[in-house]
Amino acid sequence: MTTAAQPAGATAAQPAGATAAIGHLEERLRQMRDGGRKLLVPYVTGGLDDEWLLTVEGLASAGADAIEIGIPFSDPMIDGPTIQEASLRALRRGTTPEGILADLARLDTGTPLVVMTYYNLIAHNGPRRMAGIIAEAGVSGVIVPDLPLEELGPWADAADEAGLATVLLVAPSTPPGRIAAIADRSRGFVYGVGRMGVTGEQAELADSAREVAVRVTAVTDLPVCIGIGVSTPDQAVEVCGVADGVVVGSALVRRLLDGEGPLGAARFVRSLRQALDGGRTRR
Amino acid sequence: MTQRGAPDREVPPAAPLMGDPGPTGRFGEFGGRFVPESLVPACLELEAAFRDAWGDPSFRAELDGILHSFGGRPTPVTECVRLSGELGVRVLLKREDLAHTGSHKINNVVGQGLLARRMGKHRLIAETGAGQHGVATATAAALFGMDCVVYMGEVDTRRQELNVFRMELLGAEVRPVSSGSRTLKDAVNEALRDWVASVGDTHYCLGSVMGPHPYPWMVRELQRVVGDEAREQCRTLLGGRDPDVVVACAGGGSNAAGTFAGFADRTASALVGVEAAGGAALTVGVPGVLHGMRSILMQDEEGQILEAESISAGLDYPGIGPEHAHLAAIGRARYESAGDEEVVEAFGRLARSEGIIPALESAHALAWVLRAAGTPALPTGSTVLVTLSGRGDKDVGQVRDILRATTSGSRR
Ligand SMILES: Cc1ncc(COP(=O)(O)O)c(C=O)c1O
Repeated sequence: MTTAAQPAGATAAQPAGATAAIGHLEERLRQMRDGGRKLLVPYVTGGLDDEWLLTVEGLASAGADAIEIGIPFSDPMIDGPTIQEASLRALRRGTTPEGILADLARLDTGTPLVVMTYYNLIAHNGPRRMAGIIAEAGVSGVIVPDLPLEELGPWADAADEAGLATVLLVAPSTPPGRIAAIADRSRGFVYGVGRMGVTGEQAELADSAREVAVRVTAVTDLPVCIGIGVSTPDQAVEVCGVADGVVVGSALVRRLLDGEGPLGAARFVRSLRQALDGGRTRR
Repeated sequence: MTQRGAPDREVPPAAPLMGDPGPTGRFGEFGGRFVPESLVPACLELEAAFRDAWGDPSFRAELDGILHSFGGRPTPVTECVRLSGELGVRVLLKREDLAHTGSHKINNVVGQGLLARRMGKHRLIAETGAGQHGVATATAAALFGMDCVVYMGEVDTRRQELNVFRMELLGAEVRPVSSGSRTLKDAVNEALRDWVASVGDTHYCLGSVMGPHPYPWMVRELQRVVGDEAREQCRTLLGGRDPDVVVACAGGGSNAAGTFAGFADRTASALVGVEAAGGAALTVGVPGVLHGMRSILMQDEEGQILEAESISAGLDYPGIGPEHAHLAAIGRARYESAGDEEVVEAFGRLARSEGIIPALESAHALAWVLRAAGTPALPTGSTVLVTLSGRGDKDVGQVRDILRATTSGSRR
């Protein structure tokens, strides 16, 4: 925190709030989980349209336990057509990483925020500087999908120092010994990749989603959320038979691309919330 | 040539130049393996398989045999008699244009095809820019009886229509890529997306010295044959001496890396890589991470990747392989760029003076030679080896259109 400049629009809560951020995300999710609640983490692309901050606020009141904000990158290689399209739209509107973070700094929903971005946008600014800017925006966690365990070093150090939780991913292809190592280094929660493939809506939940949930929950006490290929309330309930929660991206972003706006997004997230709350009693 | 240590990081000082980058895949501060977790096991498996195969004499013998009987190796070194007279510089060409499928790309794909078979994969996927790597991969797939899908930017499928048909003739499926800038970098993204979902039965046959470890190292080793042959051929031609300067064009940088590997630590030859002016990562780029590697990339002020744009689809890549970034950083190689106009000029000049029509990509290397001849970079009386990475048949239509537009006054 010592090196980062105070960005315009930063709230008065910083930097003390930032050091509490990592605790904010993990404690919050643990509390919810331990209270028997299934975790719901919707994803939206930052800067997608003029109303995107309203969308984020709406998701918070619709029952999200944390909200993942994508910072759009020109080359989103692990994203399928829906999030590619959303990234492109956001970039065409002139969306920048610092712009998104400045916007988020003005937001106060009480729901932990996690940003997802590709490593180049971090490397370009330098891990330390970027970690500082992200933390000062009041964000609690960061997901960097193209930064595997072996390459984590400089970023993870900077993130730890800034009090940011670096959420790591476990894939269906990850061998057992490696799952433990990843879970051990993950902060906030562990992101279980539900299927071998890119982000995108799926008609059916892949068997691998359940398998990953089983394998990860077996080795860690951290909350485990499954994302990539979880698209419907039924699928969310199904995977939460094992997992602690779900990340839902493309199914939500597609609704925004289709023009359903903040209200449509909130309606969808509410339907996920209701299914998960009902699903809990069925378990 | 002794290696100077890279200025910034923990490079083992004894690391041989253009040797094995080890398990981290680092060339100085560049390289690495920046891929989603889903792909990490596949990259590790590939690294282990290549290490094993490359140390296996029977694999090497089979590869050499195919490159000889099928690929047409060794390719000759040709002395450019007339051009040398005109320039006052002795110009030698390493003739990869004479290799099967018309470029150096065949060396890489036969190697990766054999490796894929050894790993039990029966489907090859590839990205392609100009189409040469796609054609080469389709060829290898036909040779080894594998399924083949080639991703090609929509813009490039139009620029290189005949190569699309060639791939289809060879039994491959060409999938046009309409995301992003619809050129080579987006074709790489799309191939990686395919691979994430298909990694169980599919080998990603990457076309240049780029991408995550082990690709930059593996592709350089598979292209090393170009430089090793050329060094010995030059010594024969030059009475035991080495060329003063060795030049190759660089998109991702595979023909340049293969060429340089034969000279970097065994000769004192100056090494020059020539990028397209519109895709000159090492001239205008900064360090960054894309397509699984840390290298030098063209980016805007936010870190978004810029689109490369030049006359040659094969060089339209906004980055360069990580080992080139390292060779530039330690000063063992130098990187220049060539503009479209001088490239078209060089293309015609070689055709007229030597009876060889080069690929537009290769014409970038020649354009630098034409510009540098007689300057301190390439003094009168010196000897230069140029890797002619491919033949220009695929480019004839495009150059015709450019020349017609030029003579009719509507110059672009
Ligand atoms: C003839 C030729 N030369 C060069 C290249 C550029 O590739 P690299 O820089 O990997 O040699 C291509 C790529 O399509 C090519 O077709």
